[in-house]
Amino acid sequence: MTSAATTFQLPHHVAKSRSTTESPFVRRLLIGIALVFLSLFLVVPLVFVFAQAFAKGIGFYFHTLGDPNAWSAIKLTLIAAGFSVPLNCVFGVAAAWAIAKFDFRGKNILLTLIDLPFSVSPVISGLIYVLVFGAQGWLGHYRDAEHAWFPWLQNWLNEENFKIIFAVPGIVLATIFVTFPFVARELIPLMQAQGRSEEEAARVLGASGWQTFWRVTLPNIKWGLLYGVILCNARAMGEFGAVSVVSGHIRGETNTIPLHIEALYDDLNIAGAFAMASLLAFLALVTLGIKTWVEHKNAVQGGTEGKV
Amino acid sequence: MAELSTRFTSLEFAIIVTAQQTRSKKIRVLPGFRLTLGFTIFYLGLIVLIPLAAVFWKTGELTWPEFWHTIILPQALASYRLTFGASFLAALVNAVFGLIVAWVLVRYNFFGKKIVDALVDLPFALPTAVAGITLAILYSHNGWIGQLLEPLGIKAANSRLGVFVALTFIGLPFIVRTVQPVLEDLDPELEEAAASLGANRWQIFWRVIFPMISPALLTGFALAFARALGEYGSVIFIAGNAKITPMLIMDKLDQFDYAQATALAVVMLIVSFVLLLTINVLQWWTNRYNTTSLA
Repeated sequence: MTSAATTFQLPHHVAKSRSTTESPFVRRLLIGIALVFLSLFLVVPLVFVFAQAFAKGIGFYFHTLGDPNAWSAIKLTLIAAGFSVPLNCVFGVAAAWAIAKFDFRGKNILLTLIDLPFSVSPVISGLIYVLVFGAQGWLGHYRDAEHAWFPWLQNWLNEENFKIIFAVPGIVLATIFVTFPFVARELIPLMQAQGRSEEEAARVLGASGWQTFWRVTLPNIKWGLLYGVILCNARAMGEFGAVSVVSGHIRGETNTIPLHIEALYDDLNIAGAFAMASLLAFLALVTLGIKTWVEHKNAVQGGTEGKV
Repeated sequence: MAELSTRFTSLEFAIIVTAQQTRSKKIRVLPGFRLTLGFTIFYLGLIVLIPLAAVFWKTGELTWPEFWHTIILPQALASYRLTFGASFLAALVNAVFGLIVAWVLVRYNFFGKKIVDALVDLPFALPTAVAGITLAILYSHNGWIGQLLEPLGIKAANSRLGVFVALTFIGLPFIVRTVQPVLEDLDPELEEAAASLGANRWQIFWRVIFPMISPALLTGFALAFARALGEYGSVIFIAGNAKITPMLIMDKLDQFDYAQATALAVVMLIVSFVLLLTINVLQWWTNRYNTTSLA
């Protein structure tokens, strides 16, 4: 850092101690402020989750997790993530391929639209599906319509009493919406930075489109893809607001882990709520661990791949 | 944030693009354009655009005076004041402390720096409901932090202060993660030049460093503010009767008052879209700053 300064033969005290870095006192003060702030807002809450989870002992902890309602919440959370992560992953790769490898008009508009779910409040994310599929929404109107476009569909919906809102499909849809941009957002800048010359070379050498993707593109983007997938998964498993709107809160049926936490908390079963919460807190720590590891991998592979 | 560093098109890149464009009229080297773009637009429409359009369709059932009456009800106005006020204050506090954290992480070495750096993203990774119950109990009158505040006469849980605490937690990573890369890329020669011209450290910070990081700082502020406006899960447990707008929307939904809920949602959506646009302009500004400093 100071190598350039020495070539100008600056007086040493100016170059080093006062003007290109702070005095040791200021330095320690700033580090201290940063650490106190982060401890207060990050470390203390994190430690607190695990302390509360085991407050009533390890027996109670496993009793809470072994409860049938807890099991059903865990299963439903896995189902929601099991649909939303692969779907958004396929979408992310497709969108990144179209946007990074080709030029077309309206690309910036498309980029903004892909980001849209991030700027919508979770409550509104749930609300929009209630308005589409709920009893008072489009689907409800369609069921009661006198001249439906597809009478067989209307009959089928009414006969089967097919439910989306206050049922599992609604939870899956709301989860897909809130996790929509994650993979695409990671891959688009990465693939834009990599350009298209490697793929073009593969094509010129006779590789098919799929071969090019599997053998050239995918190895280049695998860390970015993994990062996008774990972020998407963390949000999918932890989403609360949007899922809360469409779930209907039926214990043992339409409660995900976060909703089950809320139910336990409302029962004043604080230790139980924190026992469930510790599962998600652990998931968050694993997510942060993988993220740090992926960033390390990227740094080792060299800066040419762009920052993740 | 990641796209900040990747938008520059080098001369080389430009040549490839033009060469390809002249060729692509006849043959496109890479396949799958129609398939991937088609799927992207189809999926975007199905999952995002059509459901979002439903909000505006539903509001269409209200007349203008009805809509206006709904969005200026006293409880709605109170919720806007609280939502915007607490979000703004939380983003402001994060701007100050986030800048210090980013500065410390980029410029200094200390024990445990890597762990601290990784931990900054915790609010992104920790589900909002977990954060919500944790903060609520932590700041309640017999919680670890709440019992320290109580003798001072400060009531954090079930109050507006609690809303502010939750929103500060949620917005914490935005400032750090937008300012950090810009600080890393700052050219030390600029500071050395200023020092050799006789500026002291304080002057260098305000006159040289701060102008260069201010677009990123402002972007981070806007991102944290936008995130806080829509936040729900981390706030409801600690807020008590201090209702932010998303909580009010939820109340209306629980009463099956879809028209009012939708009207409030439209207000929030329009604010979010304006903010999204502002953030895009800010990021463009940050990029421009970066390119000029690199040249």
